[in-house]
Amino acid sequence: MSAIVLAVSGIVAVALGYRVYSKFIAEKIYQLDPDFETPAHTMRDDVDFIPTNRVVLWGHHFTAVAGAAPIIGPAIAVIWGWLPAFLWVIFGTIFFAGVHDFGAIWASVRNKGTSVGALTGSVVSARARTLFMIVIFLLLLMVNAVFAVAISNALVASPSAVIPVWSAIAVAVVIGVLIYRVGVPILWPTIVGTIILYAVIYLGELVPVALPQTLLGLAPGPQWILILFAYALVASLLPVWLLLQPRDYINGIQLFIGLGLLFGAVFIANPTIVAPAFNTNVPAGTPPIFPLLFVTIACGAISGFHGLVSSGTTSKQLNKETDARFVGYLGSSGEGLLALVVIIAVSAGFSSLSEWEATYSAFGTTGIATFVAGGSTIIASGTGLSQEFAATLLAVMAVLFAGTTMDAGVRLQRYIVQEWGVIYNVPALQNGYVATLLAVTACVALAFGAGGADGQGGMLIWPLFGTTNQLLAGLTLLVISVMLVKLGRRYVFTLVPMVFVTIMSFLAALYQLWDLIASGQYILAGLDLVIVIASIFVLLESAAAFTRERRAANASATAAASAS
Amino acid sequence: MAWPDVRKTLRRGAYLASEFYHAPYRGAVARAKRDEDDLFMLLVFSEMMGIPNPATYYTLELQPILLERFHTWHTRMGMEHSPLDDFRCC
Repeated sequence: MSAIVLAVSGIVAVALGYRVYSKFIAEKIYQLDPDFETPAHTMRDDVDFIPTNRVVLWGHHFTAVAGAAPIIGPAIAVIWGWLPAFLWVIFGTIFFAGVHDFGAIWASVRNKGTSVGALTGSVVSARARTLFMIVIFLLLLMVNAVFAVAISNALVASPSAVIPVWSAIAVAVVIGVLIYRVGVPILWPTIVGTIILYAVIYLGELVPVALPQTLLGLAPGPQWILILFAYALVASLLPVWLLLQPRDYINGIQLFIGLGLLFGAVFIANPTIVAPAFNTNVPAGTPPIFPLLFVTIACGAISGFHGLVSSGTTSKQLNKETDARFVGYLGSSGEGLLALVVIIAVSAGFSSLSEWEATYSAFGTTGIATFVAGGSTIIASGTGLSQEFAATLLAVMAVLFAGTTMDAGVRLQRYIVQEWGVIYNVPALQNGYVATLLAVTACVALAFGAGGADGQGGMLIWPLFGTTNQLLAGLTLLVISVMLVKLGRRYVFTLVPMVFVTIMSFLAALYQLWDLIASGQYILAGLDLVIVIASIFVLLESAAAFTRERRAANASATAAASAS
Repeated sequence: MAWPDVRKTLRRGAYLASEFYHAPYRGAVARAKRDEDDLFMLLVFSEMMGIPNPATYYTLELQPILLERFHTWHTRMGMEHSPLDDFRCC
């Protein structure tokens, strides 16, 4: 089958979802009001709360949510065949992710711009808030380990990406200094920085860097993991304007260029999909598609992380309530399209079925490197760029996304440790350096426990990460649904996705528990046990909140009826 | 495209790029700046609180300028009333 058919049908479906479904949700369910004064106006302080152009906000929302995760997830999940992955990404984007992101912005805007975490406390219950904090902590603990393993795998697989990836950090620092210390307007640093970045990609191709085969008894993969965490340790202590902010900006530009290049190449080259629609011949050890597909692809179909972005920064800057649809729904649609192009790259970027089967020879071994290999073949045949250049370009893009997430993740975890220091009155933990060191040590231990130490670079932890992410999405959808019940509106459109993702997370966590114990991965099994328990509580809490709110709503309805 | 249109488009592009750069980090940068300013306040008013400062001769000049910010600073530092005996601000 032609990849163009897949691309066009996916794009048309998502566009229809925006035109029709999101319009319905906006008008009938969330009932957006163009005259509602958003927190950006009522609480304006020109720092956190400030009305912002909706295109700019969409850009943030899109680039903040579309990172390495929608690349890795689909690249692993295509092992069950391209059709299930495609259907879950497209249906998930239209009926789950869009409604979730859009709803999280709406819920936050209607509650003075508070975060979803605080909303679970005020809208659902104090217990739900505690649960939310536990899930977030698990997510942060895993995100750094997951991305460290993913980056080290990618750097081992593409030695040509090493120089560009590290040079990008230097470019970012120079841009940061130029803008904040020298006061240069943004336009020139952007243009020159982008040109330098792509020139360095060419240089990287000429000078590949590979680490020694063994150093202190460690294979290259674990060596990279240690280097990455050493970097994250330093980077997370630097001021945000110096590194994180310009890095994010560069990544945003790279995302737009990379997506344009990939979709353009698919339409010019029209590659043939060699992967099977349903893989009936899955390698031994592959977990069952049901329920694992729904947690392997989290970002790209629905992801709880988006709720944090929606209610953390986006809602505080929303100019008009009606912009929420454009920013939230279309922002997550953009991520769905990234996942779509990844599915095309890993199912049409290989020359034959046997080559594809050789790549997908075991579950969890594919990832960024697979996307790079497939995507670069398509770009090379579509645009005439050399395949090596295209491969380096894609590898650099994916690694930079993952690297920035790590940087931000370690920073957030340091804040949590410091807060513990305050709550439990341990002065040592309140120290920024001690807290960062502690956060990094925990992540290194998990990254090595997750299959990084043997150099195999298996992504055993990936489905666990997805499960936690989906639980978070379930909690956010719970907040939105309870708000709708209180308002007396139809809540089925948020309740069904909520029940679905939570039950899938629970089943997936349960399956993995059995699997991890059987394979002797006790650290991960322990972590998984916590996730299983958390998912049971999320389900119980939801049931309790719903019964309570519906009773209250019915009681007030009867009271109103008897009064009249 | 006529020349004024090109300039208008460029200006719009530069505006969007600048917003795209600054908007997500406005809060974080403002907080970081405030932390730096707080440290500076401590340096300027340190001698009054019994912390020896070799640069007092120079920082003394700055005190009247920074006095406007003094109240928000000491409240933010967790002191409800001014810590200074010789002049009170609230």
